[in-house]
Amino acid sequence: MPTAIDPPKNRVWWKDPVDKVEITWIVLALIWCLIMFFMMPYWHVYGKQNLSNEAYRSTPELFSRKTQEMVDKYTVRTETDQKIPVVHPPAGSDVYLIARLWQWWPLVELEAGKSYRLHLMSMDWLHGFSLQPENINIQVHPGYEHVLTVTPTKEGTYSIVCNEYCGINHHTMTSKLYVVK
Amino acid sequence: MAINRMFRTCPSTGLQFHQPAEALIRWNAVAAVVSLLVGGILGLLVVLTRWPALHLLPADAFYQALTAHGLNMLVFWIIFFEMAVLYFAASTLLRCRLATPHMAWLGFWLMVAGALLNNYAVWRGDSSVMFTSYAPMGAHPTFYLGLILFAVGALIGCFVFLGTLAVAKAEKTYVGSVPLVTFGALTACIIAIFTIASGAIILIPTFLWSVGLVGYIDSLMYRTVWWAFGHSSQQINVSAHVAVWYAIAAIVFGARPMNEKVSRGAFLLYILFLQLASAHHLLADPGLTSNWKIFNTSYAFYLAVLASMVHGFTVPGAIELAQREKGYTKGLFEWLRKAPWGNPVFSGMFISLVGFGFLGGISGVVLGTEQLNLLMHNTFYVPGHFHATVVVGTTLAFMALTYFLIPVLFRRELAFPKLAQWQPYVFGIGMSVFSLFMMGAGTLGVPRRHWDMTMAGNLLPHEWPGTAYLMVGLMALAGILAIVGGAIYILVTVWSVFFGKRIETPDFKRVSARDGAAPAPQPVAVSLTGHGSAGHMAAPGTFVLAMVLLVSFVLYYFVNWRYLSSVWPLS
Ligand SMILES: [Cu+2]
Repeated sequence: MPTAIDPPKNRVWWKDPVDKVEITWIVLALIWCLIMFFMMPYWHVYGKQNLSNEAYRSTPELFSRKTQEMVDKYTVRTETDQKIPVVHPPAGSDVYLIARLWQWWPLVELEAGKSYRLHLMSMDWLHGFSLQPENINIQVHPGYEHVLTVTPTKEGTYSIVCNEYCGINHHTMTSKLYVVK
Repeated sequence: MAINRMFRTCPSTGLQFHQPAEALIRWNAVAAVVSLLVGGILGLLVVLTRWPALHLLPADAFYQALTAHGLNMLVFWIIFFEMAVLYFAASTLLRCRLATPHMAWLGFWLMVAGALLNNYAVWRGDSSVMFTSYAPMGAHPTFYLGLILFAVGALIGCFVFLGTLAVAKAEKTYVGSVPLVTFGALTACIIAIFTIASGAIILIPTFLWSVGLVGYIDSLMYRTVWWAFGHSSQQINVSAHVAVWYAIAAIVFGARPMNEKVSRGAFLLYILFLQLASAHHLLADPGLTSNWKIFNTSYAFYLAVLASMVHGFTVPGAIELAQREKGYTKGLFEWLRKAPWGNPVFSGMFISLVGFGFLGGISGVVLGTEQLNLLMHNTFYVPGHFHATVVVGTTLAFMALTYFLIPVLFRRELAFPKLAQWQPYVFGIGMSVFSLFMMGAGTLGVPRRHWDMTMAGNLLPHEWPGTAYLMVGLMALAGILAIVGGAIYILVTVWSVFFGKRIETPDFKRVSARDGAAPAPQPVAVSLTGHGSAGHMAAPGTFVLAMVLLVSFVLYYFVNWRYLSSVWPLS
């Protein structure tokens, strides 16, 4: 009797009838696949967590200039020995965050319940923006300015961890994000 | 057919081996096992470093070991083994001479040279760029050159496989259509050719960039094309290990496909749609629209998921039918209870099937859903998923096949039969638990490819919850168990091949070149009626198992949507 390692017994095997149990499974699996397909467009319409499509080509010089302007305008204090500025931009404004070896710059303070346009870009290699413990994970490219509208819901101190391997000191690339009342 | 020469018939299985093909199968298998040994030692170093309680290696050595681990396992071990599978599926199953053995040897040595060169580049210490080698982070030119040589060698192997199919057709060494397993291997081969072409499109410019001849590599372009290569290369594995599942069901149970049309149709879906799944690595990237992401990961991807769900049903279904025909008809599961659980060929294959379906398949779809990806992109969830698919799925299936091939191909008895009997359980369960805890830690946000989760010495450190530490600790323990399972596999295979008891069979003889052709193929009866599977027998036990999979899938899928809905609004 021919098995899967022999040629099929019937020369015209494509006319063999399919067993009922097999058809049933294929139909169930197909329905499930269709449901999974519709979940993604559905979430774009009714869900609140969708990654933005807004992105621009940019250069490190341009992006650091815009970041510097924001820092000059909205710095409220500095932190750590390295005196990293903490910015507190008004609700609805553009917030710039630079990723580079091995640092996030500057520190950002946002207000709960308000929306911000967060701009992410890398100055050198690929990095990963991982907001913890919220667990939002986004790829950060050099040369692509990614603009996301975020609405922090709860006040607290959050961490930004780099989760794209970017060299030997990758594990030191962490930062904080503050959400205040 | 005087050109058919140098055949031998395996006295225990009746399989016919063409001598040059046999030598190539052996040598590819040996190169595969050597790569597995190297990758396994590196894997141990990686896991002992990621375990915060030990934190063995310094950062630079850790990233170096991780890079070499990924390449030796995902590329060298698996593709060498796949070459052996291709030659077996073409030459042995079709009772055909191998086309152009000299070219096949050229391909093999190119692959060996490429693997050595690439390992050398990583060993130098200036090429710790991971398996993905994302530009603009650069490696030493020999890193890319090694991969290119390896790919060219593999491409030659693919064409030798296709050539052998053509020879078999021309010399009429089989009747009707090729066996299902050969068809599965053909699927793997077609995907491999596409994959290697994509690899050339991205690796050649990157190589030129590494030697200074190309000025700039765009990171998004790199990732897009790289994944057309990187993910598809893992789908060669899926096709290959599904073919191996069918082969083992046939070898161990004499199971025949439930329906040729359904199984072949599912392989066809792989060819048509699997490539698009590559996009699921780009879901968290800027510069690609949601429409692009949804089309590529979902519209077509789920047809490939459907194909896997079909194979996941028809393979155990075929086994159930074969077992029921032997009289194991009591209740839903007597066929499964009475399966040869002490035979590592079967147990390895079955654990591979279950692990691939439940852990690898479900997590892959969740990871490949546009919005849900936000929760686990680049976390431990990703390696958790692919250790379930590639290691529990592909590697374990290949290990199971080895236990069948050692007596057949090397004419040696399996050494340490008791250890061999336990091996699939130790490795399969260890690796499944390892993947599970990895996914758990990933769901809590722990990043992949990260030297120190304690973040010691950081200016602004992050403190992970205690559960994350617990999960990583348990993951490390399970990982060590899996490595023990891997070591047993290497011990058993190497010992059997070199020191195993020779199987002597009185009527064993080689048909030498002078004696002429291989035996003519047996004509098979042509009939349209009386086909076994349809009508008379169903596979109720398999259907119940499949429903358990579906229900787990649905529940886990929506749990993740619920989790997503609690995250900060984002648009
Ligand atoms: Cu980084």
